Amino acid sequence: MNDIVLEARGIVKRYGHVTAVAGADFDLRAGEILAVIGDNGAGKSSLIKVLSGDVVPDAGEVLLDGKPVHFKSPHDAQLAGIETVYQDLAMAPALDIATNLFLGREIRRKGPLGSVLRMLDVKEMRAQSRQQMDALGITTLQSITQPVDSLSGGQRQTVAVARAAAFGRRVVIMDEPTAALGVRESKGVLDLIRRIRDTGIPVVLISHDMPAVFEVADRIHIHRLGRRACVVRPGDHEMNEVVGIMTGALPPPAAAEAS
Amino acid sequence: MSESVQTAGAKAAGVPDTSGTRAVTVVDRVFRNPVLGPLAALVLACVVFSLLTDNFFSVNNFSLILQQSVVVGTLALGQTIIILTGGIDLANGAIMVLGTLVIAKIAADSLNLQLPALFVGLLVCAALGAVSGLIVSRLGLPPFIVTLGLLTILQAASRLYTKETVVVEPGPLTFLSSGTYLFGYFRITLGVVVVLLSVAVLHYALTRTAWGRHVYAVGNNELAAKRTGINTKRVLMSVYVLAGVLYALAALQAFGRSPATSPNAFPTANLDTITAVVIGGTSLFGGRGTVLGSYLGALIVLVLQSGLTQAGIDPLYQNIVTGILVIAAVALDTVTRKKAR
Repeated sequence: MNDIVLEARGIVKRYGHVTAVAGADFDLRAGEILAVIGDNGAGKSSLIKVLSGDVVPDAGEVLLDGKPVHFKSPHDAQLAGIETVYQDLAMAPALDIATNLFLGREIRRKGPLGSVLRMLDVKEMRAQSRQQMDALGITTLQSITQPVDSLSGGQRQTVAVARAAAFGRRVVIMDEPTAALGVRESKGVLDLIRRIRDTGIPVVLISHDMPAVFEVADRIHIHRLGRRACVVRPGDHEMNEVVGIMTGALPPPAAAEAS
Repeated sequence: MSESVQTAGAKAAGVPDTSGTRAVTVVDRVFRNPVLGPLAALVLACVVFSLLTDNFFSVNNFSLILQQSVVVGTLALGQTIIILTGGIDLANGAIMVLGTLVIAKIAADSLNLQLPALFVGLLVCAALGAVSGLIVSRLGLPPFIVTLGLLTILQAASRLYTKETVVVEPGPLTFLSSGTYLFGYFRITLGVVVVLLSVAVLHYALTRTAWGRHVYAVGNNELAAKRTGINTKRVLMSVYVLAGVLYALAALQAFGRSPATSPNAFPTANLDTITAVVIGGTSLFGGRGTVLGSYLGALIVLVLQSGLTQAGIDPLYQNIVTGILVIAAVALDTVTRKKAR
């Protein structure tokens, strides 16, 4: 249970004179939901962007399954099996759900139709999309051929999460997945996050939503002033303690590592 | 696809959430079949003019309209794929005209030079497309400004290159003008066949290949496309170069219509293509539209011109009607987009 899947050591990222990440460490273990919290400007987004390949760090290293990796783009991270669900969802609204699920990873027809005429296997992609939705227990989408712009915010989030779960072989990272959702929709997404964890893929959850964090997280990574202040277990601390550590009102606990 | 744990509870607990899904309305159906609108407009215009005038409904007239559609129709295909990515091309007429001039000048001396000349013209048009594509995709400049600059440069460059009218000899360059009579009396030229084939091939590429979906995705949400792993710069580049190739094809179509060309040829071609694209239901905001619609849009403009001429109406009114149609089409697009939000 303690094998580390994704790890970062001494990450530094500067933007001009501003140091967003100042020697941050990070580790994500197999089969867990790790929440990453921090005040605005604490540098958690920059850290996450390093992990998802969106940003190249100035110093430090990222290790996947113990091996150093150097992501130059989100595409590199995707090839390594790390999928990210962005806060402003990465979707093409005029295209349908199945098309969005397979965007950038389309399946072509077998034989000369696919290799010569580059014809897409629309049927296969739709079938796999349906299969993925069923596997995740998603029942809120009526039809896989609906355009995304006809969906509600929660449904769009569901599609984005399903896509990440479908292709994230190693890690799924979610940036504020419940920020724009109502109570009921949030609950659906949190259930989905648990189900992804239960399939064996560890999830990194960046969130300001403390009740959500305490509901689903196995461990909480508290980010402060550009680095990791500590990692705690939700069962060991009260919500206001965690917020206190996050804002600097309370010192991080002495035994900083939750094991 | 990942192996997943399917819990019975998850399925039972899930209640279909229809709160966020709108009922499918008539507007949605038109929206989902984007070709339906322009097709209906085309048929309606044909019916109206057939009833109102004596000469509109004739095999000869329909044949003529199809032949008139080849140049703007081909240019509009390039315009469509650029607009689908959220861009616009103000220089496509100028690129094509320079292409015809280069071809005609090189081929002036000998019939044997016609095919090499065509090849050089193709390279020139593709290279000019590549220039726009590079500036738009690498430097991130707005396509409107880039192609406006290119238009100004090319108009001057064409006149510096030659100020006279150049004529090509009948030969390989004019073979698109050759035709045959279908069913004994419906004249159809090779140019018409080629433009219809171009529409079909591009329609296939846009709707049935990954490249096509990436074109739509870039126009929908470029950042999102990039994040799903699509090389958006390469998609943009491919679109502008392909548009350049289509402009070269339009140059060849132009020789099929008339062997003579000059720097002053096709002064309204560029705006005509934007008109065709917009009337054809493609959104100027990118990400929505079809090449089939654009070709129908080009036909609609020609049908209006033909019909109003047959009805004996001052040609200037044709432009007024076309202008109203453009604004109406954009208004419809804006309304549909707002509904879709």
